[in-house]
Amino acid sequence: MSALPAPASRPKTGLLLLLISLVASIAAYGMVGLGLRGRVPSDIVIYGLTLGGAYLLAWGVVRWVAPRADPVLLPIAGMLGGLGLAMIYRLLPADIADEQALWLLIGLAAFVLTLVVVRDDRVLDGYTYTIGLLGLMLLLLPVVPGIGLTINGARLWARVGPFTFQPAEFGKILIVIFLASYLSAKRELLEAGVGRLGLPRAKDLGPLLLAWGASLAVLFLERDLGASMLFFGIFVVMLWIASGRLGYLLTGGLLFALGGAIGYLALPHVQNRVAYWLHALEPANVHDIGYGQLAQSWFALASGGLVGTGLGRGSPDLIPFPASDFILSAFGEELGMLGTAAILLLFVGLIGRGLRIALDRVDAFGRLLATGLTVTIALQTFTIAAGVTRLIPLTGVPLPLVSYGGTSRVATFIMIALLVRISAGPWQPARRSAT
Amino acid sequence: MERRIRRLGIALVVLFTLVFGQLSYVQVFAADDIRANPANFSRQLIAEYNVERGKIITTGGLVIAESVPAPGGSRYRYERRYPQGDLYGYITGYYSRIYGRSALEESMNTYLSGEAPELAISTFTDLLLGNEKRGANVFVTIDPNLQEAARTALGSNEGAVVAMDPVSGDILALYSTPGFDPSELSSGSDEEMRRAWTQLNADPEKPLLALSHQELFLPGSSFKIVTASAALENRFGPDSVWPNPHRLTLPLTNEQLQNFGDDHCNGGSSQISMTEAFEESCNVTFAEVALELGPERLAEQARAYGLCGTLPPDRTACDEQLVRFELPFENGRFPEPEYFERNDPLLAFSGIGLDNDLVNPLQMALIASAVANGGVMPQPRLVTEVRDAQGRVAREFGSRSAGTAISGVSAAALTQMMISVVNEGSGFLAQIPGIQVAGKTGTATNGEGRPPNAWFTAFAPAGGQQPPRIAVSVIVLDGGDLGSEATGGQVAAPIVRAVIEAYLR
Repeated sequence: MSALPAPASRPKTGLLLLLISLVASIAAYGMVGLGLRGRVPSDIVIYGLTLGGAYLLAWGVVRWVAPRADPVLLPIAGMLGGLGLAMIYRLLPADIADEQALWLLIGLAAFVLTLVVVRDDRVLDGYTYTIGLLGLMLLLLPVVPGIGLTINGARLWARVGPFTFQPAEFGKILIVIFLASYLSAKRELLEAGVGRLGLPRAKDLGPLLLAWGASLAVLFLERDLGASMLFFGIFVVMLWIASGRLGYLLTGGLLFALGGAIGYLALPHVQNRVAYWLHALEPANVHDIGYGQLAQSWFALASGGLVGTGLGRGSPDLIPFPASDFILSAFGEELGMLGTAAILLLFVGLIGRGLRIALDRVDAFGRLLATGLTVTIALQTFTIAAGVTRLIPLTGVPLPLVSYGGTSRVATFIMIALLVRISAGPWQPARRSAT
Repeated sequence: MERRIRRLGIALVVLFTLVFGQLSYVQVFAADDIRANPANFSRQLIAEYNVERGKIITTGGLVIAESVPAPGGSRYRYERRYPQGDLYGYITGYYSRIYGRSALEESMNTYLSGEAPELAISTFTDLLLGNEKRGANVFVTIDPNLQEAARTALGSNEGAVVAMDPVSGDILALYSTPGFDPSELSSGSDEEMRRAWTQLNADPEKPLLALSHQELFLPGSSFKIVTASAALENRFGPDSVWPNPHRLTLPLTNEQLQNFGDDHCNGGSSQISMTEAFEESCNVTFAEVALELGPERLAEQARAYGLCGTLPPDRTACDEQLVRFELPFENGRFPEPEYFERNDPLLAFSGIGLDNDLVNPLQMALIASAVANGGVMPQPRLVTEVRDAQGRVAREFGSRSAGTAISGVSAAALTQMMISVVNEGSGFLAQIPGIQVAGKTGTATNGEGRPPNAWFTAFAPAGGQQPPRIAVSVIVLDGGDLGSEATGGQVAAPIVRAVIEAYLR
């Protein structure tokens, strides 16, 4: 399979979208100042120039190293990052928000660096097991004594020198690359690996059981329900996409339910999460933060109504941790249901583009990688959005690109960069989609 | 693989559609219910403080409660101010985001906050005009000059003054010490409010309760107005004659009831008229009257004056509120006849305002009003009307009657008896040249070893062609400046005089 001549890219569309996201981000920052203190922040020009410079620089690099790449991903990511940063300035003290602004710039730098270093994503296909091993190591790093840190009951952090970060955020990318590489190579084998009733034969269940065990290990050793579910979910979906066997999906779903049941029976904090979800609004529970934070999330959303109070004019600071887990509720209060829906639609757009990119690719590795990265972002977004709205029990994961948190933001920008890189081809004949 | 990626896309769209559905449920369809959840008190409070709350205004337009923009950096847009400090504290009450509301801030809350149904049209007009929702202003009957005069007259004494229009029941002045400044509980930081609250609650004088209407005291001889009323209503005229010992041995006991200071009434004559006994406030005579009348008649008369029936020691609270007031009111109390079946001698003490008789100055002012008003007792009225933010009257509160306490004939006779108390008897310090005052003194024991509470209850002008214009009741706790030597005539009567003078001159 060789790359076909590329159809014309649309640099103007991309630039226009980027400018729109830039204007929206800077306007949001200005409105936060107006809402909170009655005046536009005095540093809005510097803020705008910095953000604008960084976004345009990133756009320029994409034009230079991947001229035929997708023009929509960067503007969407930029808009989510910019809106999130404005909300972080609204919710947190200026010095902490400044730090998050720096992380946004670092994220853009990581985006650029990824595109510059990875000139062709198929290079990654050559290091299947190295990448897989590295990913596994990063995943389990917090368990290592002396490096791992427990914060808020979950052992997710690692300390290296002065830096504290969540290695699983990067580990997750490597695992997705590994899976894309591994599954694209073993595709025929997996396709064949189904016995009667469409279920996998016992000897072909190996990878699935391995991933299941790893997920349970994450749950029990790191006490991280969100990451555990996310990993297994990504794995099962990619396995199904690669193999085309519904049996894997069914078995995976069965194992998922089994793992959930084991986790629920064995771990009090999993039981608590279900209780918080079911009984959040009962008056007796108001002062317990587990229930209280979900109740406050609902109260914030409800007081926002359809159009919201306006940025800086609500009281999202009544929700515990409003800038990390509950940032969507903060948007819900101040921008209303319309604003929340708009933010979720940006994610839907991002996911749509990601799957489109997968469809456009000609090779299985590129397809699987694009799908895997997209599903990662999609499931994480769903987990937290459905969690804070009490559709499902809450598991604390950041809303990608929007929430407070340096590691998550940098990692997501790397994933976006990889999607951009994948979108640069090689494409299916005559399947390069229009933008 | 292509088909599966498309299916995956559909599955993800379904997942996100569920989130959109949940969002529209929480943010739009169920939003009102969720906001109204009691657990949502923090946001409800913020919403409440976003509305410019209505003012409370006295006659003559003095603002005693208002909302002003909160200082910068506050979570709340408005805060409550009470420009007159502690002078109107018991009337306005406080409006605290931590401790809730009291007094008019509580009872008139739906108007002040703009939530009352009568205000729906004005709120809607404001909405159309693009104005913010505002609360309505509440107008009260207090005469600010008289309120000031009541404070001056009471001076450093611990006690209370209630002045009202005896015909309409309008409260003209309502003042109690020690008082409190509601601003301390209604504005400033949470910490400042907590400090003020702790201090007020730790104070043994209970400054958050108004002596004038939220506490109860023995009326002492003031209650002879009620006993005399019962006598007059039961064909014992003002000139009826009673044995006049200075001590009375109570039936079935060895216990003796004495005149005040163990004195002989009327120079020690063997008999005395009810008017003379009233004038000098002879305990023995009114104990005789009470025993003669019996528990049914006395209790019936007490009830006609708005005192509710109790059955101590088991039931000491009121089952019913005979007096309707816009502020929290402790209704006066008198035992039910059943109580005296076991305790016949106690009826003698009940007839002179001791044992389990309980009143406060507002209750006494109502009793005086009934006498002044030809026997018909008004209900007290503090709020006359509510006007919305545009000045339109949204609600009016009319005067109401609490019913007939005594006949017109009895009221006229009792008025003459009360006039003689002031003109010739124990209440002489309440005399005002040119204005006929009618009143009754009271000096009630206040527990072993403590100086007595001094009472004076009066109205004016009395007995002539002019209709009565003011009824006043004053209590001074622990004898005021005179301590254990105090009597109602010496300590409380001059305060009543000062208030009546301030109003009628």
